[in-house]
Amino acid sequence: MRTAPLVRILGTALIGAAVVVILSIKLDAFRDYQIAQVAVEVTAVAGLTVLTGLSGQISLGNGAFMAIGGYTTALILLHLSWPFIASLAVAAVITAAAGAIVGVAAARLHGPYLAGVTLMLGVALPSLAYVYPGLLGGDQGLTVVYTTPGFLGSNFPLYRWQAWVCSAVALGTLVLLANLGRSRVGRNWRAVRDDEVAAALAGVNVARARVLAFVVSATCAGMAGAMLAIITGLVAPGAFTITLSIALLTAAVIGGLGNLFGAVWGSLVIVLVPTYATDVATSHGLSSSVASNIPVAAYGVVLILVMLIFPQGIQGAVLWVLRLFGISSSRTRYPASVPDTGPPAGEAPASQHEVVLPHKKEGTQ
Amino acid sequence: MKRSHRLRVPAIAVAATAVLTVAACTSSSSPGSSSTPGATSSTTSSPTSSANSALTASAPGITATTITIGSHQPLTGPAAPGYSEIAPASAAYFDYVNAHGGVYGRKIVYKYLDDAYNPTQTATVVRQLVLQDNVYAIFDGLGTPTHLAVESFLNSEKVPDVFVASGCDCWNQPTTDPETFGWQLDYIREGKILGQYIAKHFAGKKIGYFYQDDEFGMDGVKGLDDEIPHSMVVSRETYVPTNVNIAPAVAALHASGAQVVVAFSIPAFTALLRLNGLKLGYSPTFVVSNVGSDPITLSGLLESFAKQGGATVNGNQLTAGIITDGYLPTLGDTSNSWIALFKKVHDQYDAKAPFDGNVLYGEAVAYTFVQSMLMAGRNPTRQDLVSAINSGLPQGPAVAPYAFSSTDHAGVTGAYIGVINNGVLVQEGSVLTTDTSATGAVTTYTGTEQQAPASGIPAP
Repeated sequence: MRTAPLVRILGTALIGAAVVVILSIKLDAFRDYQIAQVAVEVTAVAGLTVLTGLSGQISLGNGAFMAIGGYTTALILLHLSWPFIASLAVAAVITAAAGAIVGVAAARLHGPYLAGVTLMLGVALPSLAYVYPGLLGGDQGLTVVYTTPGFLGSNFPLYRWQAWVCSAVALGTLVLLANLGRSRVGRNWRAVRDDEVAAALAGVNVARARVLAFVVSATCAGMAGAMLAIITGLVAPGAFTITLSIALLTAAVIGGLGNLFGAVWGSLVIVLVPTYATDVATSHGLSSSVASNIPVAAYGVVLILVMLIFPQGIQGAVLWVLRLFGISSSRTRYPASVPDTGPPAGEAPASQHEVVLPHKKEGTQ
Repeated sequence: MKRSHRLRVPAIAVAATAVLTVAACTSSSSPGSSSTPGATSSTTSSPTSSANSALTASAPGITATTITIGSHQPLTGPAAPGYSEIAPASAAYFDYVNAHGGVYGRKIVYKYLDDAYNPTQTATVVRQLVLQDNVYAIFDGLGTPTHLAVESFLNSEKVPDVFVASGCDCWNQPTTDPETFGWQLDYIREGKILGQYIAKHFAGKKIGYFYQDDEFGMDGVKGLDDEIPHSMVVSRETYVPTNVNIAPAVAALHASGAQVVVAFSIPAFTALLRLNGLKLGYSPTFVVSNVGSDPITLSGLLESFAKQGGATVNGNQLTAGIITDGYLPTLGDTSNSWIALFKKVHDQYDAKAPFDGNVLYGEAVAYTFVQSMLMAGRNPTRQDLVSAINSGLPQGPAVAPYAFSSTDHAGVTGAYIGVINNGVLVQEGSVLTTDTSATGAVTTYTGTEQQAPASGIPAP
């Protein structure tokens, strides 16, 4: 409360940018690639955490929005040779439109029904690539060539540049989302999440708030898809399976639903844990059938541990540690609605707002 | 209750943190040790080679004592059944070579990572291998859609990309992708060889195609169409590997009255094709691509799929009569010197896996890698390996010679037709070779097959 929110948000983003620049210069090329990967995840997860944590809707289909963004970028870079920033903007606009369409349908649905519709989207949409193999390249997808811009010189490492571009987009998205969360829009979302009837009585247009949340979330996913296309050099249906959508939701939950710092923690976990686990597994001479399953197991163990110990995710743990050392944080008011004890371990995130609002269980329309 | 929960929290948190820290430390030290070419002293001289020059760290991934290579493999996920045996089999052959003097005294370190047959994961693990682990080459990267995700990356980084585990014609582009080499019989040649057999033996019959809707299936069909008159083909059905419901496709084949069904499919879908046909009382003659017809894999899949559907079938009975082709000696031919060698290596280093077509494949392709490393010289650069393969490789375990030259990066050029009988592939007729052009004839191979070296290690 001592400093204005906007100053604090921008300051945090600048610190984040400085950390990325220093890390990308200090670390090797593969770590730069991982920084870019984390930035992609952060962008997508931040959108999802706003959708689920603030507006109380769930999406199992954000991988499909990433596919839209990825294919848009690939097609633009392939056929029009526009600069990446332009294709990113177009990808954002197109996924926003797609998000609006899905959002209109989604605004009428709740809980498992909404999950079902978005799940269908996540499964079905990437299959369009098989239907239009001429345009979308079928199973093999489209190859994307992305190089460092000329002004940096030919010796500038590609992966460092990619890490910078992706991190800039991710941090920009976080700043915008943080401001949005604090604005009237964010307050409307939280009001709708906590009690639709009360929100409507207070003059909030419930349907509009819910659709807008979907648009924001889809736009973030679309930009993430666009960045994924340039860092992996490929868009293919195999990249946008339902596993991706679920991984995004997992990251949001592990990190702490509704919290943008949580989106960062969650993304770090889902990008880094499998790589570390693979390194450990292969360096200990385990049999290949055991070693190849360790990353998947580690992923599961982290999810279970976080849910068991910190139902509010890693960000919840960070705040707990800070409180333990007597550094009270004013940020706690931001995700406010989640009770201190949290829902029982193992509860699906879909039910989290139902735990907060038990009376709503019967009230689904 | 609440209190005990509070007390438990720090304990579990500390434990979890400790586990993760240990994990992080171990992992950061392991690539460190493998990615320091030049750290090892180059004074060690090889005891086995008749060498004169000292062994040096001549390229990334090569030290005085080791050659580190990497690969992406489907160790988990939809393509894992069967295919996950390939990399351990290759590793077993490398272990054998390492135990018998290595390659000019250097030991081969084979690091294969799981990509779950997902191209995005392939992009990540291959970048890890190249950028972080500094591998000398990518060897036997498995899968058409997966490897396509990294082909241009590897070529722009000038990393040798040898013996891709896929018969796609896309690896044979020496001008745009000079680092990439195929190895197994490509699907166009295979289609032509199977097509010629069909046109000859099933003249006047109705033919149906069943193929995977990507380069794999389409290359195969291209070869088939070169040999089979269009008027004979009554039905062309496709599947995508992500959708196991192929009942409509099988019903369409049935309705078209196809008496012979040619399948360019992976094992799981060959099994589904057979079972779906069985349900309709439809048992045409099946002609199946080599990659989808390993009898042991197929029979296991048939039995487990049927079990999931609540039925019991005899896998070997259902695979009987399937016509396919083979470019490696048949597993049952125990008198063959290659089978004897690879069986011996398998029994010693990879005994837990069944000795099936996947294991044979993994060992044979590993043999070819050792062969090309020996030709690349004592202190090879990355370019030396590419040049060595461009200069042509002598025929190895395959029944036909390689096509390798500076203008051709396709691998094995021929195969024999075989029929599955009682769970084993039986060769029928002689080895046939051809090229990838529409007009190139399919001819009987007249050269002699090579014998495996007595030492089990290719001569330099």
